[in-house]
Amino acid sequence: MIAAMEIKNIIKPENLVYQKSRLMAEKPFNFCPGCGHGVVVRTIAEVIEEMGIEHDVIGISPVGCSVFLYDFYKFDLVQAAHGRACAVATGIKRVLPDKYVFTYQGDGDLAAIGTGETIHACNRGENIVIVFINNGIYGMTGGQMAPTTLEGMKTTTCPRGRDVETMGYPLDITPLLAQLEGVYYVTRHSVHTPACVRKLKRALRKAFENQREKRGTSVVEVVSNCNSGWGLAPQAANEWMVENMFKKYPLGDMKVDGKLVMDINAPK
Amino acid sequence: MEERELRLMKGNEAIAEAAIRAGVDAFYGYPITPQTEVMEYLMETDATARTGMAVLQAESEISAINMVYGGAATGHRVMTSSSSPGISLMSEGFSYIAAAELPCLIINISRGGPGLGTIQPSQADYFQAVKGGGHGDYKLLTLAPSSVQELADFIALSFDLAFKYRNPVMILGDGALGQMMEKVYLPVQRPRMTEYPDWATNGTPKGKERRFISSLNLLSQDHERVNIRLQEKYREMEKNEVRYEMIQCDDAEYIIVAFGIIARIAHKSIKLARAKGHKIGLFRPISLYPFPYDQLRELADNERIKGFMSVELSAGQMIEDIRLGVEGRKPIGFFGRLGGMVPTPEEIESALYNHFNIK
Repeated sequence: MIAAMEIKNIIKPENLVYQKSRLMAEKPFNFCPGCGHGVVVRTIAEVIEEMGIEHDVIGISPVGCSVFLYDFYKFDLVQAAHGRACAVATGIKRVLPDKYVFTYQGDGDLAAIGTGETIHACNRGENIVIVFINNGIYGMTGGQMAPTTLEGMKTTTCPRGRDVETMGYPLDITPLLAQLEGVYYVTRHSVHTPACVRKLKRALRKAFENQREKRGTSVVEVVSNCNSGWGLAPQAANEWMVENMFKKYPLGDMKVDGKLVMDINAPK
Repeated sequence: MEERELRLMKGNEAIAEAAIRAGVDAFYGYPITPQTEVMEYLMETDATARTGMAVLQAESEISAINMVYGGAATGHRVMTSSSSPGISLMSEGFSYIAAAELPCLIINISRGGPGLGTIQPSQADYFQAVKGGGHGDYKLLTLAPSSVQELADFIALSFDLAFKYRNPVMILGDGALGQMMEKVYLPVQRPRMTEYPDWATNGTPKGKERRFISSLNLLSQDHERVNIRLQEKYREMEKNEVRYEMIQCDDAEYIIVAFGIIARIAHKSIKLARAKGHKIGLFRPISLYPFPYDQLRELADNERIKGFMSVELSAGQMIEDIRLGVEGRKPIGFFGRLGGMVPTPEEIESALYNHFNIK
């Protein structure tokens, strides 16, 4: 047991190795314990803080678990209708071309109800950052089938598992986006290990730098868990994610500096 | 006062020219007949080169209205225009914009519905404009021009009202107004905004609290407070923003009530009737929301006035508001054409005679 005196000696500025970004509000996350959302949300804050752009950034949170983003950040935010984040981002960016605009969207938002807005914003090369959380399920509404739900995966609206014959196949949308000329950077990450979080942070930094250089659209996908929706404990959910989600949605870069770096014909 | 430039223009072109001159920051739209010339004109005359305004063709009306939501959230002057089926698609966005209290301008150059309908003029979107369209207790401040001149004049006015009340404004026109050519005195160029409201989410200024735009409240007691505030604002609009025109109502025995293009035609009808010695007046609501209930009630209280007749390009929508104004004091007749058909002045005249048995 560490004595009280000893703790006092440890808590000193020179011993500080990590602290919450000052751009994070005091409000505690309302994400389920073990969910990846919180890590992504604070990683974005860290990147914005480190780039010193917090007075020039506008975030957009559409419907889903992402909707409360405005509770967690200390910079300007706009809450959008379900699926419309990329249109709202476009509307903002076109009148404020020198500001940094990012969306934070789930799979239902980006790849189901907002597919049109997403593809067309990317196709126009809107100079924005799209952060895409893919956990294969509708978390906010209690675990329904998402466009990215894996074949055979059980949700409340496919309780016997996703039947691709009647419910369609899991939609792997980011490789599609990568093929659009307006898109400059597409990469897929996860936050289940510290190493992965560090990689995500570098990717987010690159994405915001692309925006600063007016390169076009950057898409950063994060394959994440939804332990509540999947009905698994946090650790088990991460293991299930590595085993199953990563097979369909492998991590890595798809497009870097405007050039495809993936083999779009590679079998999965 | 600077002399205003006189031109012969299509209604849709006048909207676009007036928008440029109103210092609009962005137009986001999607093509649909009979209003497509608005965006065509903005592109053709290179509005962006003239004032720096953004003009963007969206991939759908849903996207266009959400671009408007985004632009409006930054405190800029942002607008869209569409026609009936497109307005239906945008209605989700109207609800969000009204709930988030964002100023913007929406123009409906309406056409005959329901469904894909026709591309000819109609006023059958009256209910949609003034009673809702989207979900929830919200109101669009709705103006109904009846000439190309008013179309042009109402653009800057709409933005002034939208920013005054932090509320979306709709201009409800129709296919005839959009397509017909008339002489129009164009407004003088006003500069684009350089300062933006404090609530605008355009990047948190140094030393200031961050802002956020949202229409979400998980706690119903919070959301009731938001609704009460909205309703108080709507009462203010009802107190201050009623607009209407009365033509020859001073000695009239019967009053035709009509808005927009139909008021122009009805104006001819009352001239025809007066030439035959019938004392007919015209009451033209200009603001459809807020509706001029009190002014109609005042007319209804006048002993000389024997009845009203609503004339609409619909199966009878505004007549419900006329009834609310008149409150049973006098009989109210109705005449309408449907699905894009437009009546002649003579048709309106004889409908009035038939209904009130005027010989």
